[in-house]
Amino acid sequence: MYVYDDFDRTLVDERVREFRDQVARRLSGELTEEEFKPLRLMNGVYLQLHAYMLRIAIPYGTLSSAQLRTLAHVARRYDRDYGHFTTRQNVQFNWIKLEELPDAMADLADAGLHGMQTSGNCVRNITTDQWAGVAPGEIEDPRLWAELLRQHLTLHPEFSFLPRKFKIALTASAHDRAAVRVHDIGLRMHRNGAGETGFEVIVGGGLGRTPFIGKTIKPFLPKRDLLSYVEAILRTYNQYGRRDNIYKARIKILVHELGAEKFAREVEEEWQSIRDGALALDPAVVAEIATRFRYPDHELLDDNPPELRKARTEDKRFRLWLDNSVANHRLPGHAIVTLSLKPEGEPPGDATARQMDAIADLADRYSFGEIRVGHEQNLALPHVAQRDLPALWRALDEIGLATPNVNLISDIIACPGLDYCSLANARSIPVAEEITRRFKDLDLAHSLGRLHINISGCINACGHHHIGHIGILGVEKNGEEYYQVTVGGRADENAELGKILGPAVPYGEIADVVEDIAAAYLELRERPDELFVDTVKRLGVEPFKERVYATR
Amino acid sequence: MPLVKAGRVIEDRFVRVLDDAPVPDGVPVILPAARLLADARELVLRQAPTGVIWPNDRRVAELLPYLDWIALVALVFPTFRDGRAYSQARLLRERHEFRGELRATGQVLRDQLLFLHRAGFDAFEVTKEKDTAAFAEALQRYSIFYQPTGDGRPSALRARLSRGPSSTVPERQAFVR
Repeated sequence: MYVYDDFDRTLVDERVREFRDQVARRLSGELTEEEFKPLRLMNGVYLQLHAYMLRIAIPYGTLSSAQLRTLAHVARRYDRDYGHFTTRQNVQFNWIKLEELPDAMADLADAGLHGMQTSGNCVRNITTDQWAGVAPGEIEDPRLWAELLRQHLTLHPEFSFLPRKFKIALTASAHDRAAVRVHDIGLRMHRNGAGETGFEVIVGGGLGRTPFIGKTIKPFLPKRDLLSYVEAILRTYNQYGRRDNIYKARIKILVHELGAEKFAREVEEEWQSIRDGALALDPAVVAEIATRFRYPDHELLDDNPPELRKARTEDKRFRLWLDNSVANHRLPGHAIVTLSLKPEGEPPGDATARQMDAIADLADRYSFGEIRVGHEQNLALPHVAQRDLPALWRALDEIGLATPNVNLISDIIACPGLDYCSLANARSIPVAEEITRRFKDLDLAHSLGRLHINISGCINACGHHHIGHIGILGVEKNGEEYYQVTVGGRADENAELGKILGPAVPYGEIADVVEDIAAAYLELRERPDELFVDTVKRLGVEPFKERVYATR
Repeated sequence: MPLVKAGRVIEDRFVRVLDDAPVPDGVPVILPAARLLADARELVLRQAPTGVIWPNDRRVAELLPYLDWIALVALVFPTFRDGRAYSQARLLRERHEFRGELRATGQVLRDQLLFLHRAGFDAFEVTKEKDTAAFAEALQRYSIFYQPTGDGRPSALRARLSRGPSSTVPERQAFVR
């Protein structure tokens, strides 16, 4: 994990001081709400339906146990005892008071945490594969490059007032867990013919009202050119991105309107002017940042130790969890453990202060003090010795974090929806809660296999419904909450947008519709291991549509 | 609207001349872009300084033929949320090596001052009277800059390399395992 040095610490402290002054000026009336808004947004402070919401950046989803304890403290001291993990690997607190915000931020800064650029028209928290550094087969740890980008783009004087928000994601694995094809910039690390590692640069992907899969504008970018090339993209976007209509201001619209080739040419021309300047990455600079990453001192262990074999044979519940929530680590004898934040009947992605403290303790005991946040709104312990899995499972089970539904139909991604958000047209959380109740029978959920449901409460698509295997979008019809359903979306290396099933259905019927789709899939699939998305791909939406609308 | 330069409020010597008005002799002027482009041949002969107010949706490369005699370029922030002029300023300073006055006009507020300064602006038509007093403080607000621009402030990446390895040990280790 990246450890702050005095530079990083000074910057967050200076940021807190600045924000304290800005809040004081807002409270005194010196700043109007209109003037204050972009300042607070750039510190992650939104005004929601009921209160201010504070969003904290978790760069590339890596947290230390001490940082997680600080989040628990903030939840307890300034909020209502819980936090909400988001699809951008961030955490949100929904009930913070404006007067207390500077103090909360100062407490966070002590742990190297901040809300900088978690909202506003600037470059947002940079995300990666949540298994970066531990996934088997990964080319290298992409977090080094994410950190270089994070630093370069923090308080960047040229790019703090872009036409619209800007999201960057990286992956260095063949299986894309970072959804790089639906980001403003997606960076996929790979090797070229000469065996060098670099980046495929994808631009103009995105969800929201006008979803697009990103286009590759640079098949191979050498590492030394990462900052200059990203700078060239941002400069092109800053100058030519549309500012006349907020819904057409994302880079995807510019790429679409210019065409990917013309856009690529503009970027290339700009890049040629700067690639050999101050932004060319000196290997010594990269090496210096690399020394700030601390890696655990793993033991040399064998796979499948006796403790694990014994528990697997003796305890059916343990076995179910093991098969579902535990993934291979790049080192033998170790494992990556996903902690489901999607228990039956609860809001997806929420964790209580007590749970956060307990997870921090377990991370210290079993995972070298490291926790990961995934864009699926679950947490992970990335460095668990396999022999510790039975003990860890018992501890997680006690605090309600061992629901074996990872990647199953009840592992739902959902935005906060109308319960919190001033933009939403419909509720998301109660829909998610109801679906988890319908599929609480784990045998049923497991028989359906990998099946992602994504729910957004409005067209802004914070729940990423377009890329859900089943996507649910809340809309408003004559003052009532309705839901439009898509099927066949996916966010991985074969990214695709879901196709609309048919007319939207009212709130009371949406969980029934999901049950109908699931039942249709069970009948239609060729083999038990044909995934839902693959069945949709093979047969199209028609058979699902028939099933759902036959009786409606 | 007060004009701040080098940390102080100063008198604006420049007169704004509108599209069709005559250009006064012997007085520094700021002209609209179209006027500069149309009358450049006569303007270059003026004895007094000539400046231009350049819109934020026009490429600054168009100004290249004139940069060696233009005294001032004023760039525009129609609202402070419209950040196009930051890119224009950096291009003028860093790529085209414009050394005259680069003036921020439009909605210019203290909370953007440091960004403006880092992008190369050295004169500011400040929107709020009250903000002028805070300008000196606003420039000192940060001591750490992650990215290099043409402003000469050392970026953290470089500064880290030039210091001894001993100072890289964090003092506050609360969040470090």
